[in-house]
Amino acid sequence: MADVELKQLHRRFGEVIALAGIDLDIATGEFVSLLGPSGCGKTTALRLVAGFDRPTSGRVVIDGKDVTDVPPNSRDIGMVFQAYSLFPNMTAVRNVEFGLRVRKQHRADRNRRALELLDLVGLAQAADRYPHQLSGGMQQRVALARALAIEPRLLLLDEPLSALDAKVRVQLREEIRRIQLELGITTIYVTHDQEEALSISDRVAVMSGGRIEQIGPPAEMYGSPATPFVAEFIGTMNRLTATVADDGSIDYGGLRLRVEAARGLPRGERVLCLVRPETVEVVRANGTPADGALTGEVVSNTFLGSTSRLRVADESGARTLTADISTAQGIDLVVGTKVVASFPADSPRLLSLADQPVSPVPDPDGR
Amino acid sequence: MTPRRRIAPSAVVWLFLGAAYFLIPLAATLLFSLRDDQTAKCCTYANYSYILHDPDFWSTIRLSFVVALETIAITVVLLVPTVYWVHLKVPRLRPLIGFLALVPFVVAPIILVVGLLDVYRGTPEWFYAQPYGFLAVVYVVLAFPFMYFSLDTGFRSIDVHTLTEASQSLGAGWPTTLWRVILPNIKAAALAGSFLTLAIVMGEFTIASLSQFNTFSVYVQYINQNKTYPAGAITMLAFGITWAAMLALLAVGRGQQAPITEGEK
Repeated sequence: MADVELKQLHRRFGEVIALAGIDLDIATGEFVSLLGPSGCGKTTALRLVAGFDRPTSGRVVIDGKDVTDVPPNSRDIGMVFQAYSLFPNMTAVRNVEFGLRVRKQHRADRNRRALELLDLVGLAQAADRYPHQLSGGMQQRVALARALAIEPRLLLLDEPLSALDAKVRVQLREEIRRIQLELGITTIYVTHDQEEALSISDRVAVMSGGRIEQIGPPAEMYGSPATPFVAEFIGTMNRLTATVADDGSIDYGGLRLRVEAARGLPRGERVLCLVRPETVEVVRANGTPADGALTGEVVSNTFLGSTSRLRVADESGARTLTADISTAQGIDLVVGTKVVASFPADSPRLLSLADQPVSPVPDPDGR
Repeated sequence: MTPRRRIAPSAVVWLFLGAAYFLIPLAATLLFSLRDDQTAKCCTYANYSYILHDPDFWSTIRLSFVVALETIAITVVLLVPTVYWVHLKVPRLRPLIGFLALVPFVVAPIILVVGLLDVYRGTPEWFYAQPYGFLAVVYVVLAFPFMYFSLDTGFRSIDVHTLTEASQSLGAGWPTTLWRVILPNIKAAALAGSFLTLAIVMGEFTIASLSQFNTFSVYVQYINQNKTYPAGAITMLAFGITWAAMLALLAVGRGQQAPITEGEK
């Protein structure tokens, strides 16, 4: 097992800056996910760690040893790829044995080890099948077993589940985490699926434009996003552009809302108020305008299973709030129902728009 | 129960026409080869006996076959790593190499051989005066398009990048990756290119004749010019031998897969 340090990693492809200086320390046995939209540099970073690409500048250090110039076959790193990467001419067990065969391990030993690993990923019965006889999920399990067979000091996973259907994806990600914890192997996981990253990682690094925007434990990333981009990328978020009003409140397009985080901020400062939809409460309007709440009507009601997502807008349509409420409650609040939407004063997070770097923002409802 | 697939009558007609196009000349040649060289009456095996007892038949066919194998070996050794590298590292060069591969089609063999005879003039005798030297090199040029396009198709059918990186991440160097991962997966393409090369070399006449090597095709030409009915016999024999050689190559190719899939168990 290993600890990994990425020091000021830069990578340019002509005029395109893929990585603009990544610094990342990963402790031994830790599971870190690189999360971000397409083109944010996460796979480039992983390929630099694997040795398939060379950084324009910066260093990759594993176990205190600079491996930047070490070829990939000498790095002792296991990797599972996004594309199905099993060798088509070999059975599952031969695929798993491959790394051990390269290391000239005795045939009986490597066969035993390969079968153990296939058993670990639940595919002992498919040992003699060729890749074309395996489903996508099975192929990725074999690929995981193959990567683990060489007992690598570091495991890299490059969107290994992206080609699989939703049910298999959830099942396999839990297995990956179980195996990672069982073996205690340091792991870097690249994904664009925030749910995937949050559910299995010790820490999540959200990347954008070749930089790490924020890194931290999943709960912290969800609850305390440091930038508008992270707030938007992790989960769904209401983004209210407002100004600080009196102590403890903000002015949202003429609507006064109580926000504890505004306390102590200079009056008139422009802020971005971030409100999670699950903290928003929606009740039927009783005819009298409510203080500190948005009075309007339901403009959309989307069924999401156990919850429903409501979009509430005022008369002008300029001020809106999205709320996730229980489906039982949502059933009554059909489109056009007059409602009042509010949130607890201590739930929103405020980001000053004065000192925030401008970063691209993904689709507000993108999960 | 799976319903039996019905074949359309028009398909049967086209199949019959296609088969007739190839089989009628073959049958005619067979009948022609069975006529007596003196009386022109059917049927005798004398023409086959004549050819099979001619020492020149065996020496020329051996020569052509060895040169064909040599050509295949050189072409595979040269082109497999090259095409692999191009697909992996410089895919933008593919159109250029594809264009270069067409040159042997564009340049007439007679011009090619005159040019190459001039280029290689002054090289050692063991190379220039030997079919296993000069002729094999010229045939490598002739085989280039056939082998290149076969391999190119083969490499396009696999994910070269991912397979290579997967192999390297498991500790394999370039030779191991090429030998154990890439080659077994493009074997069908390499075999297809080898079949074509074999057929070309066995039948090539212009270059062999102009560079004064007595290959099988030169011998066939000699018989055609001097012996009426044995010419039919040698045509049939050449046809059968070329097919047998291709099947042998196929068997060898299949045999090579054993250590990778079965032999390692």
